[in-house]
Amino acid sequence: MIDLYRETAIFLQQLVNGITIGATYGLIAIGYTMVYGIIGMINFAHGEIYMIGAFVAVMTYVVMGMLGVQSVPLALLAMLGVGMVVTAAYGWTVERIAYRPLRRSFRLAPLISAIGMSIALQNYVQITQGARVKPLPPVLPGGIHFLEETGFGVKITWLQIFIWTVTVALMIVFTWVVARTALGRQQRACEQDQLMAALVGVNVDRIISLTFVMGAVLAAVAGLIVTLQYGVVDFHIGFLAGVKAFTAAVLGGIGSLPGAMLGGLLIGLIETFWAAYFSGAYKDVATFGILVLVLLFRPTGLLGRPETEKV
Amino acid sequence: MAEAMLAVEGVHAGYGPRLALKGVDLHIDRGEIVALIGSNGAGKSTLLMTLCGHPRAKQGRIWFEGRDITRVPTHDLVRCGLVQVPEGRRIFSRMTVLENLQMGALTSDSRHFRPDLDRVFALFPVLAERRAQRGGVLSGGEQQMLAIGRALMSRPRLLLLDEPSLGLAPLVVRKIFATLEEINAGEGVTILLVEQNAYHALKLAFRGYVMVNGVITLTGTGSGLLANPEIRAAYLEGGG
Ligand SMILES: Nc1ncnc2c1ncn2[C@@H]1O[C@H](COP(=O)(O)OP(=O)(O)OP(=O)(O)O)[C@@H](O)[C@H]1O
Ligand SMILES: [Mg+2]
Repeated sequence: MIDLYRETAIFLQQLVNGITIGATYGLIAIGYTMVYGIIGMINFAHGEIYMIGAFVAVMTYVVMGMLGVQSVPLALLAMLGVGMVVTAAYGWTVERIAYRPLRRSFRLAPLISAIGMSIALQNYVQITQGARVKPLPPVLPGGIHFLEETGFGVKITWLQIFIWTVTVALMIVFTWVVARTALGRQQRACEQDQLMAALVGVNVDRIISLTFVMGAVLAAVAGLIVTLQYGVVDFHIGFLAGVKAFTAAVLGGIGSLPGAMLGGLLIGLIETFWAAYFSGAYKDVATFGILVLVLLFRPTGLLGRPETEKV
Repeated sequence: MAEAMLAVEGVHAGYGPRLALKGVDLHIDRGEIVALIGSNGAGKSTLLMTLCGHPRAKQGRIWFEGRDITRVPTHDLVRCGLVQVPEGRRIFSRMTVLENLQMGALTSDSRHFRPDLDRVFALFPVLAERRAQRGGVLSGGEQQMLAIGRALMSRPRLLLLDEPSLGLAPLVVRKIFATLEEINAGEGVTILLVEQNAYHALKLAFRGYVMVNGVITLTGTGSGLLANPEIRAAYLEGGG
């Protein structure tokens, strides 16, 4: 009996951890999926935007400390706000200089440009910030403990609760923007028919820019979350997180917003559970294996829409 | 000469090095319905799209209400009052009927939205019934009504229509043409109508142009062109 209790506690703990890491993948995946939806291109520099978001979070924290700010909510708010603004500027700039000039060029050109942009951003951060990891002291220590009598105990940190709250709030806001506002309608119109969108008065270039900015803002939040959770950042975290979030977007169905969230969550859960029950060494293999399996049976991803539109 | 609402002067345009328009001249006066007819590949659709800046004119000028719009970006033309219902309707198939109409109203003042929507629903009651359905599931005729409705939501002064009757049953065609007449007479919207269905178009139009191979070869009143034996032979045989 006690054993079953203990197993439940272990399971719940993994669930808590998996959902937390899945939230970051989901947030980054939304950026991939939205940009893909609107210009049919994988923005490979997106992972670096997330990495920059993480750095900005640390730097904002340091500056807040120097300014003598003691309040934790204020510090978190500042990290969130500054991170969003700075990455928004990066997202906008990346689109302007790396993609827009190539919009009408051959298909692989923007892809090559994206990879170049990604390397450039990594090197830029490495040169300006140094190659060593940057630490962040715990900003939001403590949490809730339960099932302690099992000898294992489940812990939900305040930080995790903060992460869930922010993620859920952002996803609600973004879903609402895309589904219900004039901006969201313009984005969907551009996804379906850019020329027709222009004919009804949509400034297509502006909407594409805004889409990059929206994706970048979510990546910034993911960067903040990871920094808070693990307490360290360095210049190459963007690559693996980017690849996983991209996988999440494909798993959920590239182009689908709820798909990106679901894909992120699933990948977070898969790798956490795999590491806990099997082996930490093969968690990435497990993740990609499941991706391949899903795509074999559902080539458009879990929530992707099959291309059977009446045109 | 009184200033025309739309004046096209020596316009050349095409795709890549190939020219589809080789010096087009035409004009439309305020309040007119003008028909543009011509066989497949003559360049009719290219002309309408060139008026909207896509492709851009390589040579020549386009004037709208006294303003040179040759280089105005496509997305700014709606705000000038120049609105197109393009070939193939191009409704946003994954958006609802209502959302398509909201897209049409993008550039107009939000105060106009309710009355304009009511007006479109009065013209095409079927759109009101289907407002919550996705555009892609509508029938061809309903999609055409939606495309016209979407254009009307942006309060056009000049409405360009590219083959609105294509693929529709005669009854629906009659309904669409009656609506165009109503929009023109009742609300003073000027209309440029591209049609394969030359008989109907010329009957409705005040004046007409005939396009062959990227140039205008003939022009006259609607009834004059209808009576022209050349036109009858080329575009109307069996069509009446
Ligand atoms: N997107 C395009 N790219 C390349 N060539 C094109 C394109 N659209 C049209 N053309 C060519 O331009 C010429 C004029 O075509 P356009 O569509 O303007 O004719 P149309 O008069 O509208 O014909 P239809 O009655 O069949 O609609 C044709 O030779 C056509 O092949
Ligand atoms: Mg045509």
